[in-house]
Amino acid sequence: MKLRFALVVLAIGLASAGCTKSSGKSTGDNNSVRQSELARPLPGKTWQEFTEPSKNGYSDRVFFAYDRFDLDEDAQATIRAWSEWLRAHRDAGILVEGHADERGTREYNLGLGAKRATAIRDMLIALGVNAGRIRTISYGKERPAVAGEDETAYQQNRRGVARPTTGGA
Amino acid sequence: MPLTSPISRPCRRLFLAGLFAVALPAMAAAQVTVRIDDPNFEPLPIAIVVPQASAGDERTTAEQIAGVVTDDLEGSGLFRPVDPNAFVQRDGSEVLAPRFNDWKGIGAEALVTGRVFHRTNGDVRIEFRLWDVSTGRQLVGRALETRRANWRRLAHKMSDAIYRRLTGERGYFDTRIVYVAESGPVLNRVKRLAIMDQDGANHRFLTNGENLVLTPRFSPSAQEITYLEYVGQRPRVYILNIDTGRREIVGDFAGMTFAPRFSPDGNKIVMSMARHGNSEIFAMDLRTRATKQLTRHQAIDTSPCYSPDGSKITFNSDRSGRQKIYVMNADGSGVRRISNRAGRYATPVWSPRGDLIAFTKLEEGNFFIGVMRPDGEGERILAEGFLAEGPTWAPNGRVLMFFKKPRGGTAKLYSVDLTGRNERPVETPVSASDPAWSPLLKD
Repeated sequence: MKLRFALVVLAIGLASAGCTKSSGKSTGDNNSVRQSELARPLPGKTWQEFTEPSKNGYSDRVFFAYDRFDLDEDAQATIRAWSEWLRAHRDAGILVEGHADERGTREYNLGLGAKRATAIRDMLIALGVNAGRIRTISYGKERPAVAGEDETAYQQNRRGVARPTTGGA
Repeated sequence: MPLTSPISRPCRRLFLAGLFAVALPAMAAAQVTVRIDDPNFEPLPIAIVVPQASAGDERTTAEQIAGVVTDDLEGSGLFRPVDPNAFVQRDGSEVLAPRFNDWKGIGAEALVTGRVFHRTNGDVRIEFRLWDVSTGRQLVGRALETRRANWRRLAHKMSDAIYRRLTGERGYFDTRIVYVAESGPVLNRVKRLAIMDQDGANHRFLTNGENLVLTPRFSPSAQEITYLEYVGQRPRVYILNIDTGRREIVGDFAGMTFAPRFSPDGNKIVMSMARHGNSEIFAMDLRTRATKQLTRHQAIDTSPCYSPDGSKITFNSDRSGRQKIYVMNADGSGVRRISNRAGRYATPVWSPRGDLIAFTKLEEGNFFIGVMRPDGEGERILAEGFLAEGPTWAPNGRVLMFFKKPRGGTAKLYSVDLTGRNERPVETPVSASDPAWSPLLKD
């Protein structure tokens, strides 16, 4: 995990603002130079504008596999974008929520939500965000994003969601 | 404690007249009884006569009491109250000398008679007797008295006495249930703590729904509840006094605290605490506020529950890669895994008798409620559903309550006995989850 964060930091250095989803493979591709177009400067964007899917393609949430809390490439790209936004909004704090789908027991899912939120927090810290700006909360399976009782809905509910807490919102 | 009373039906054995026996020949005789652990057992036919009463309002109380006792015993699945329309002797007038042949004639094997008095000081008194119809022996003779408004508890205590005498097990009718009442849309569910008598009477809400609340559990005195509440985006364990409504945080730690339970002596809370996202089990002494960390592992360790003698703790961990059930000593030493079958095992709850651990199991997309012995052997599945979770024991360790949500439906409480045969819905005003059964209430 530590190693992966190191690579992430390196990638950000190379890709400057790092504001698009990475399409590079994670293994055997460490020396590749990732290029992407810069979006319009971040300081002018509120969190809401920044995470409006139709405008930027960034999201305020990342998704997890069943009973897992590791961050896949999509999740890492999104969190990298969050870190850039936070870099541009020095007065903003961030609340990271960890959520689970309903196919688990209540208390375990609270623990799983805490693991998910913390995985995101740890990556933000590895990307240079001050730990004091990040709070985490686990909702377990208590706050689904999507109603429904199939894998499509559960996928949407196994998530980490970021919300600005002060300034920049 | 024996699983059955001294004499069992259908296998009748000898029994000596007990303390309450009336003047019958002091010789050994066959006696009616209920086998609680036999899945093929036929419910015992019992005639519950409305207690004798003179004044009109006394008669109303007498009818209400008979109704509650009938519902209690019928609901246990172990008794079949005989239809009062079949009674030959209808008015309970022969309280001391029932005509046993009449009761035999309508198939009753046990008979309950009594008398109700309203005292001038506002109390209600019932004198009741339980009879063995085949021998004419009195099995219980007892008087109970309480404030008139409290008559339901008097009826439940009467049910407990009858249940105990005929099954050999303590009753569980004079108890309460705390649970989470759910309302509102799925995406913005409102959850409130609610409490009610075991049979659904005297229902009231304990919280107003403003904050998310989860997993309430009773203290051994049944006067307090420990539970999880989200206060200002800080999920923490609290203790709520049921009567005063006073709420107290259980240690204001930096991280989330959750999954609380009282120790059997009520002096400690055992719970999970998430530090840097990692959930470990801690015990806090409520008198000294001293906190002791009991697990040290990067896995999720949660749902701790003491054994009834307080010497051990069972808990849930995914340290093997999947959720399994573990047992350790109360000081955190001697951790060993007890659930060794396939599937995810969760929410272990030690029986008040100590002989079994109830659990939730997830396997192949379904949820199951089951029991196993503390050594992990003897697994039995008692109920299943699209989503079923959160078993809680009746104080006699013979009945479980849990919640179940069908596909496309909302959560609802159910009870099931240890044979798995008598699963029944427990009615609540709104959707319900996370039930916790109280100990027997104090006199």
